[in-house]
Amino acid sequence: MTRLLDISDLTIRFTGKRTVHAINNVSLSMEQGETLALLGESGSGKSVTLKALLGLLPPKRTQIEGRIHVNGTDIRALRGRALQRYRGGEVSMVFQEPALALDPVYTVGHQIAETVMRHKGLSKDDAMAVALDMLDRVRIPSANRRLHNYPHELSGGMRQRVMIALALACRPRLLLADEPTTALDATVQIQILLLLRELQREFGMGVIFVTHDIGVAVEISERIAVMYAGQIVEEGTTHQIIRDARHPYTQGLLAANLHDVDRGARLNAIPGAPPALEVAPMACPFAPRCPKAMDACREGLPPFLSLADRRRVACLRADETVPAE
Amino acid sequence: MSATDAYIPQPDTGGPAQPLLIVRALQKHFPVRGGLLGRTQARVQAVDGVSFEVRKGETLGIVGESGCGKSTTAKLLIGLTPKDRGEIIFDGVPLGPDLPLKDLRKGVQMVFQDSYATLNPRLTILASVAFGARVQGLPDPDGLARKMMDRVGLDPDRFAHRYPHELSGGQRQRVNIARALAMSPRLVVLDEAVSALDKSVEAQVLNLLSDLRAEFGLTYIFISHDLNVVRYISDRILVMYLGEVVEVAPVDSIWAEQAHPYTRSLFSAMPSMDPDNRTSEPPLSGDPPNPINPPPGCRFHTRCRFAAEICKAKAPTLAGLPGNAAHMVACHLHDPASGHPKAGQGVPE
Amino acid sequence: MAQTDFAADAPAGRAPVAKPQGYWAGVGARLVRDPITMLCAAVLLMLILAAIFAPFLGLADPYKGSMIARLKPLGTEGHILGTDEQGRDMLARLVHGGRLTLFIGLMPVVLAFFIGSALGIVAGYVGGLTNTIIMRTVDVFFAFPSVLLAIAISGALGAGIVNSLVSLTIVFIPPITRVAEAVTSGVRALDYIDAARATGASAWTVIRVHVIGNVLSPIFVYATSLTSVCMILAAGLSFLGIGVRPPEPEWGLMLNTLRSAIYVDPWLSALPGVMIFVTSLCLNLLSDGLRSAMNVRD
Repeated sequence: MTRLLDISDLTIRFTGKRTVHAINNVSLSMEQGETLALLGESGSGKSVTLKALLGLLPPKRTQIEGRIHVNGTDIRALRGRALQRYRGGEVSMVFQEPALALDPVYTVGHQIAETVMRHKGLSKDDAMAVALDMLDRVRIPSANRRLHNYPHELSGGMRQRVMIALALACRPRLLLADEPTTALDATVQIQILLLLRELQREFGMGVIFVTHDIGVAVEISERIAVMYAGQIVEEGTTHQIIRDARHPYTQGLLAANLHDVDRGARLNAIPGAPPALEVAPMACPFAPRCPKAMDACREGLPPFLSLADRRRVACLRADETVPAE
Repeated sequence: MSATDAYIPQPDTGGPAQPLLIVRALQKHFPVRGGLLGRTQARVQAVDGVSFEVRKGETLGIVGESGCGKSTTAKLLIGLTPKDRGEIIFDGVPLGPDLPLKDLRKGVQMVFQDSYATLNPRLTILASVAFGARVQGLPDPDGLARKMMDRVGLDPDRFAHRYPHELSGGQRQRVNIARALAMSPRLVVLDEAVSALDKSVEAQVLNLLSDLRAEFGLTYIFISHDLNVVRYISDRILVMYLGEVVEVAPVDSIWAEQAHPYTRSLFSAMPSMDPDNRTSEPPLSGDPPNPINPPPGCRFHTRCRFAAEICKAKAPTLAGLPGNAAHMVACHLHDPASGHPKAGQGVPE
Repeated sequence: MAQTDFAADAPAGRAPVAKPQGYWAGVGARLVRDPITMLCAAVLLMLILAAIFAPFLGLADPYKGSMIARLKPLGTEGHILGTDEQGRDMLARLVHGGRLTLFIGLMPVVLAFFIGSALGIVAGYVGGLTNTIIMRTVDVFFAFPSVLLAIAISGALGAGIVNSLVSLTIVFIPPITRVAEAVTSGVRALDYIDAARATGASAWTVIRVHVIGNVLSPIFVYATSLTSVCMILAAGLSFLGIGVRPPEPEWGLMLNTLRSAIYVDPWLSALPGVMIFVTSLCLNLLSDGLRSAMNVRD
C-alpha cells in the first residue's frame, strides 16, 4: 500500500520586502489512517506546511523546493482541474475559525451538498441526503432542521461540527486540521477532539492536526512531530514524546504546560524567543535558547539521531538518556 | 535608581484584615437594540449579582467560558464599563463620594490580553508607559517609565523609542505590565494576560508576574480560561457561569473536590496529558447557552446531569461547604434543606 | 538570577538598536522614496506657487482684452497659449485663474476637514445620544447629491466667492464627519483606549493623545481625495454662473465662456479643462501616496 504522505526535503521561502525561510528541509511521512499532530509555536511553520499540502501558498511570492507526495501523487505537479479534484476530494481542511471559513449567505446544507455535487457528480437531492447524513455523523442534534440553518444561526461548536462535516463529505483520505479547537471553549474543545477521534476511526482517514497545545495533541494523535523555526526537531509516537522527550525544546514545552508544576514554584521557562528566519538556519536554531547547547550546536545543523523506527531527534545530545531536570 | 523606589502606592488604610476589594451584588445587563427605532429588544445578562472579595496580597483566579461574564466583571471593577447596580469597596472605602473613580483607578490597574490593540501604534513604548504617570501629574514620568521598563526586562535604551509593531508578543505584554506598574497600583486585574502568548513565552511572563507580586506586594485578579495557569498563579479560584458565581474556593480545596457540577465538567474538559489514559467521554454536551435569555432557577440546570425540579424553580445561593466554610458553592446538592432529592450527599460520581 | 531568565525575548541573532525616528519623519522618508507621489507633489507645488506669485511673474494683464486679437491659437507670438474670446492672454488668465480655483477648490475641504473631524471624533468617542444627534443631522445633508446641495445652497445665498466657499464647505462636512465617526468608533473599542482611561485620564486627554493620532491620517487621506471633487464642483458652480462671476479668471468659468469657441479652436478651449484635470489627478495620486506612506507597519 502506498504511503499516505511523503514529504522530502521540503523548503519554502517567502520572498518580498522581507525574505522568510518558513520551512527548512522538512521530511515527513505518514502511513494510511494515521493521526499526526504537528506541534509548534507561532512562526514554527506548521500552518505553512498544511497550506503547502493543499497548494494554497501564493505562487508569486513563494519558492518551494522538495517533494510532496500524497497517496503517490506528486501534488506539486497538479494543475487546474486535477488540483481542484485533489483539494476537497482527496485532501480537505478544517480551519480554526469556522465563522470565517463558512459562506455566510448559504445554508449549511447547501454548502455541503454543493461540495458533494462538484466532487462526486451527484444530483441535488442525493447531495442533500449526503449532507444530512454528514450532519448526523458529526452528532449535530436535529440535523434535519440544522440543514437549513445559516452559519450565523449556529453556535461556535456547531459551526465547527459543520466545518468538519463539510470537510469529510467527500471522504478524503487525508484531513488537515489547522488549530480547529483553539477558538473554542474548553468544554466544547474536548467534544470536538473526541468527535474527530471517532470520525477518524470510522472513516479510516489520515489526520494531520496542527496545534500549539501539547495537551490537545495528546488527546487527538498517535504520533507527534515537533516543529521549531521551520524544521522538525523531534518526531515519535505520542507516548514517546510525552514520556521521553529528547529534544530540549520539547522538554521545555512540556514543562511550560504547567500540568504538574507545583503552585508558585519558579517555572523553568525557555528564555528568549524563536529566531526571525530572515536567513536560513545554518546551525541548530534552538541553540541560542538551549540550556544544554555546546559549541558544536552553533557550528552546524544537527543531524537527525534515529532512536528507533520512526523516532528521530535533531539534537546532538539526544542520546543522553537521563531526561533533563 | 531601582523600580522599587519608583513604586509608591497609596497607603494601606484598612489594615491587613480588611480585604483590598469587596464586590457586592455587581450587575451589568447590556441592552440588545434592534428594529427601526433602536428599541431594547432583549438584555444580555453579562454579570448578574456577582459578589466576592480579594484579600490583600492574594491572587484570585477567575475562570469560566466565553459569555460567563469574567471580562465584563474586570471592566466593571475599574469603571471602564459603568455598572447597573452593586457596590465596589476598595480597602474599606466604597466607590462613590469618598472614592471617586479617578482615585480608584490609581489603586487598580488592568493588563489586557496581548494583541496589537493593547498599545497605541503611534506612540513609542516610552510614551505609552509614561502616559499614566503624566496624566496623574507625577514628577519625571519618563524616568519612572524607564525604571519600570527595566524592571519588566525591557532594556530602556533599546526599547524606549521603538513602536509596538516592532515588538514580539511577549515584549508587548511586558510593556503592558510596565504601563500598569507605572501607576503604582495595589491591585492589578490581569484579563487573559498570558493567553495569547506562546507557551514558552507564557512561562517567562508568569515568572515575571510572580516576582513583581513578591517585590511590590501586589494583589492580583487573574482571569483566564486556562485552568493550569490559574492553578499555578492563584491562591483562590472563582468559577463563573452565565454571569453568576457558581463556586469559589482555595485552589487546593477546589483541585481536590469540585463541588459544583459545572466546575467538575470544566475540570474534566482539561486535556489529560496522559497518552495511556486519554479522555473518553466529553463531560458536557453542546455549547454554553446564550446569556441573553439565561434559564430560570439554577442557570446550569439545562446542562446538569443532576438537575431536579428544584433547580429549575429556584436559584441556589452561594454558601460554604459543611466543614469547609472557605469553599463556597451555589448548588442545591450541597444544601440539605434545598429540596433536591440528593441534597446533602455532595456531587455524585 | 531572577533577572536572567526573563531577559527580553528579542528574536535571537538580531541585535536591534534604538532608532529614535518620529512618526512623521518615517512618513516623510517613505514619501521621498515614492517617485509618482513626489512628482504629483511637485506639480501641485508649482501650480500653487505660480498662483500665489502670479502678479510678479511678468505676465500680461489677465483682464485686458483686445478685439482684434481674439481666439489666437496656441503658439501665437506674444501669446504663447493663445488668447480667449475677448482677446485676453490665456497664459496670464490660467495662472491668475489658479489663484481663485485652487482657493475655492482647497479651502472648503480644509474647513470641512477641521469641522467634520471634530464632529466625527466627538460623535465616535462619546457615543450615545451625542452620536445620534450629530450623525442624524449629518445624514440629512448626506441624503442630497453633493452637486445638487452645492447648487441649492449657492443659489440660496447668491453668487459670489464667499458664498460658494460656504456652500462647498457645507457639502463636504457630512462625508468627512461620517468617515471620522466610523474610524473613531473603531479606535474607541480598542484596548489601549481602555488602558488610557484606566489611568484616570480625562476624555479630552485620551482623545488628544490616543485618538487623534490614530484617526487623523485616514480622515486626512479621505479629505485629500475630496479636493479634486471640490475643484470640479467649484468649477461647476462657476460654469453655472452661481460661483465666481466674470470677468474674474477662474478655470471653471473660463471653461464655460470658451465653450462656444470649441469649434473654432478645440485645443484652446480645452486648456482650462486640462488644468482642472491635471490638478485633480495629482491630488488623487498624492492622496494615494499619502495613504501608503502613513501606514506604520512596513
